[in-house]
Amino acid sequence: MPDTLLFAMEAAVNGLAAGVMYALVALGFVLIFKASGIFNFSQGVMALFAALTLVGLQTGQIPFSHLINAIFGTRLHHFGFTLPTVVAIIGTVAVMVAFAWLVERYIFRHLVNQEPIILFMATIGLAYFLEGLGDIMWGAEVKRMDVGIPQGMSETVDDLTFAWFGYGFFVDTLEIWAAVIAGLLVIGLVIFSQYTKQGRALRAVADDHQAALSVGISLRFIWVLVWSLAGIVALVAGIMWGAKSGVQFSLSLIALKALPVLILGGFTSIPGAIVGGLIIGVGEKLFDFFMQPIVGSATENWFAYMLALVFLLFRPQGLFGEKIIERV
Amino acid sequence: MIYREAGDFKTSYAADNQTFPIRGDRIAYYMVLAFAFLVMPFVINDYWANAIVLPFLIYAIAALGLNILIGYCGQLSLGSGAFMAVGAYATFKLTTAFPGLSIVFVVLLAGLVTAGVGVLFGLPSLRIKGFYLAVATLAAQFFLIWLFTQQPWFYNNSPTGMISMPTREFLGMPVTGPRASAVNMYLLCLVFVVALAWLARNLTRGTLGRRWMAIRDMDIAAEIIGVNPMMAKLSAFAVSSFFIGVAGALFFAVYLGAAEASEAFGIEKSFIILFMVIIGGLGSILGSFIGAFFLIVGPVLLKLLLVDQLGWSTDLAAHLEIMIIGALILLFLITEPHGITALWRTIKEKLRLWPFPH
Amino acid sequence: MRMTRMAAVVAATMVAAGPALADSLHFPMLNYRTGPFAPNGIAFADGYQDYLTLLNERDGGIGGVPIRFTECETAYNTERGVECYQSIRGDNPLIIQPLSTGITYQIIPRATQDGIPVHSMGYGRTSAVNGEVFNWVFNYPATYWDGASVIINHLLAENDGSLAGKKIALVYHNSAYGREPIPTLNRLSEELGFEFLALGVDSPGQEQRSQWLQIRRERPDYVLMWGWGVMNPTAIQEAANIRFPMNNFYGVWWSGSEQDVMPVGDGAHGYRSLAMHGTGTDYPIYADIQNYVIEPGLYAGTGDEVGTVLYSRGLYAAMLATEAARTAQEIHGTPNITAAMMRDGMASLEMTEERMAALGLPGFGPEFSVSCQNHGGSGAAMIQEWDANTGTWNLITDWIDSDREMIMEMVMEDSLAYAAENDIEPQCLERSGG
Repeated sequence: MPDTLLFAMEAAVNGLAAGVMYALVALGFVLIFKASGIFNFSQGVMALFAALTLVGLQTGQIPFSHLINAIFGTRLHHFGFTLPTVVAIIGTVAVMVAFAWLVERYIFRHLVNQEPIILFMATIGLAYFLEGLGDIMWGAEVKRMDVGIPQGMSETVDDLTFAWFGYGFFVDTLEIWAAVIAGLLVIGLVIFSQYTKQGRALRAVADDHQAALSVGISLRFIWVLVWSLAGIVALVAGIMWGAKSGVQFSLSLIALKALPVLILGGFTSIPGAIVGGLIIGVGEKLFDFFMQPIVGSATENWFAYMLALVFLLFRPQGLFGEKIIERV
Repeated sequence: MIYREAGDFKTSYAADNQTFPIRGDRIAYYMVLAFAFLVMPFVINDYWANAIVLPFLIYAIAALGLNILIGYCGQLSLGSGAFMAVGAYATFKLTTAFPGLSIVFVVLLAGLVTAGVGVLFGLPSLRIKGFYLAVATLAAQFFLIWLFTQQPWFYNNSPTGMISMPTREFLGMPVTGPRASAVNMYLLCLVFVVALAWLARNLTRGTLGRRWMAIRDMDIAAEIIGVNPMMAKLSAFAVSSFFIGVAGALFFAVYLGAAEASEAFGIEKSFIILFMVIIGGLGSILGSFIGAFFLIVGPVLLKLLLVDQLGWSTDLAAHLEIMIIGALILLFLITEPHGITALWRTIKEKLRLWPFPH
Repeated sequence: MRMTRMAAVVAATMVAAGPALADSLHFPMLNYRTGPFAPNGIAFADGYQDYLTLLNERDGGIGGVPIRFTECETAYNTERGVECYQSIRGDNPLIIQPLSTGITYQIIPRATQDGIPVHSMGYGRTSAVNGEVFNWVFNYPATYWDGASVIINHLLAENDGSLAGKKIALVYHNSAYGREPIPTLNRLSEELGFEFLALGVDSPGQEQRSQWLQIRRERPDYVLMWGWGVMNPTAIQEAANIRFPMNNFYGVWWSGSEQDVMPVGDGAHGYRSLAMHGTGTDYPIYADIQNYVIEPGLYAGTGDEVGTVLYSRGLYAAMLATEAARTAQEIHGTPNITAAMMRDGMASLEMTEERMAALGLPGFGPEFSVSCQNHGGSGAAMIQEWDANTGTWNLITDWIDSDREMIMEMVMEDSLAYAAENDIEPQCLERSGG
């Protein structure tokens, strides 16, 4: 096989892996948009906040120590003990659920029936607030995310592809794990929404919240539920991206990678988020591979958006989005 | 008592249709103008001019432009940062290619170039709407910034990709570059702000503005009653981009002096201008000013309060500042989702009837 | 108008709040403890401030005049930087250290106009080496172009004097800062006959897989990196992932701190970077820092950063600034110096080994002297290597000189173009009369 083809295949495989990472972030957006029509801009910051909380709990950091030290002149840093990863993850989930409850109680309860753009703005305000809170709570230095997921080149893939093609493909073990976890997450979400009472209520609200209200489903509970789920998805995304490049402020910018995935897949479709992520991942890696000598590097930032834009011109509701019906 | 329309009789259509139908408003407007032109130049110090008033005026232009697009025509855009960059780079290319051209013309031409680019990236709006359109405009944001950082032609092949504004004079006085005095820069920006605000106000209450609003309120219905959606949407993109382009040109030429696309005109710019529009009030000229004031002067005041007055460490203050801005945005949205102007309007309604509300 | 009323109120409070403190030397700090680059900014700021605190506590300032330092948060954002500059300039600052290449570019014309010296240590505009054009701007002890040249000289030494036929890749932050070394490397590749490949990474830099896959395909012999912030650990992680030999991976001095290698863990072992100064707490000065700053609880930040690479850089920047102030006091025979006198001190600064040893920092930085023709110091740097087992940076070379002749040629070209654009008559500035 010619080398170029092999290299292109390697780029495509890596694109798939990158696509999974994008899809992880996009999933959180879809959940909230589906259930409440809110375009949750703070999803990226939620991932950062969840990751910071996880690392903070793991290493036994004292929250707000910086603030406390500044006010009382103390020198607090750590509790002096560390938590096992599982306990820390459970703790973080609890924090994210509490966060969901607070968000519903103090923000979105007051914004029911507002226009989508107002709700969107509210999530931007929330993103700002959460960003400052995360920094004050846990400090702004880079932290290492270590939950025991292996990282580095996958030997198996390397050996296998070498045996087949005579050229070992590079795939990051972390990303294989990310794909597995994303798969489990989607299966879990599907089982939850198809076979549990709360899940059915969730779908009912997504379909028609007026009708859902009239059969006695508590909208407030559903909103807390869906924000909690989005918080958990954010935690998973935060763990994966944090393991890739450390936990720090830049983690919140991954939200920008999820937006083109969303428009490609449709705002309301969970499979759409996955497929959209894969298309974008493969597309941008292949574009870079073939076009890099001509147009230069660092095209990834805009290519995903351009692809989504071109795509939208033909299918304005996204790949799996519901058909837009307009009435006057 | 003071602020009311009773007794303010209109005897002609022209008088009835004027911008400020209430005498109190009119007087306030002329007083603000007189103050800005006649008093401010003499009392303003360098710090206030350079660090606060200049960015306020420039962002107000950008917010006006985006408000035309979102508030009047209902097309959500997140590409303002890149359109500002177009204005800035057009200014740089024009002024280095034609050093003799007056800076005012250069800025206006840069606005026109941006209008062209804006129309190009406004084309998808004919087909897609809402958040989908918002994300599509992000394509403009990322693509244009990439273009400006990657293609050496745009920055005249300078080794670092920075563009710097040479000194340019207007009426014999330097208005850009290090020798320009704060007052000159202030006056130049003020003239642009007043002219463009006047233009925006009159465009939005004319035929064009009514078409935009018809599209905003219900595009299909507007099409049925004879508004050409293509013309309306693209003209909104063109006018809006012109304003934003002028803002970008002034931002680079007068305020920053040197800039780099990815750093000065990134996605945060797009967001901050959007915030201004929404916090100030969609579909309101005054709202654009209030929004710009709130987001430019607010953080500086907070910083002065927390760091200089309370003596907190700067990082703590900066983190708190982000939290406070976020909390304030939420608070405003919860108490008055339609922006500060809506609050202002309510106050005015009350004032008109005060002190006998019944 | 609301704004102006508010403005008047605040202006009044500002006047009340900022009384002119007589008899103190004002060293403003433009720091960034927030935003995407906070992890790097915090360590630098702590080191800078701790050194100034040390001088105040131990010596009562410089030449008997206490140091007053103020902090302004820029978040590495140029607009904030401009605001900071405007708020500082009326407060008799002796020196501005912008701590960002973008902010430096903005401040150069303004500070030149205002007569405030700018020191951009190892960043900023490289051609400011030519002091005849940039009278008020200093970038000693080394510039980016020196950095690129030092790495290539080191590689030359490792390859018995020839790089012909080798392939060298540069992974750079796609910004003004990251593009700085490209002209130098292009030129060196022509002269020395190595193949040069430049790969840009868009800010912030969490996505570098394509670039590293390309490196894996092209198999360059060496990879250089001009990265910043999250781009650094990501790049080192990707290099470890594709099993690129870490000993052949060289970062600039802004890509070689604990924050860059720690998140990667063991994979970063053997990664190398430039060092413009020593690092670690094995210098005599740390005994004093412990006694006068840390024990009494006067340290900046959380005190976690003491002895790290970027802390040392902050310390070094403060040391060079205060030494320049001391030189200025000697030249003008007065302890109360102005910004103009400070510039004279910087323009005739001489860092010798004896002086550094006396300060408790023997061998910490290169020996250099500043002249009107050369504001860029010696241009020499060392190479350091990360040891993941002990968690320390170890210096593996002595000072390596850069190819100053070639760099001066490029500096003249660029600075004269700047002078022509801005109607500057290149000449040395006379010492200020006061």
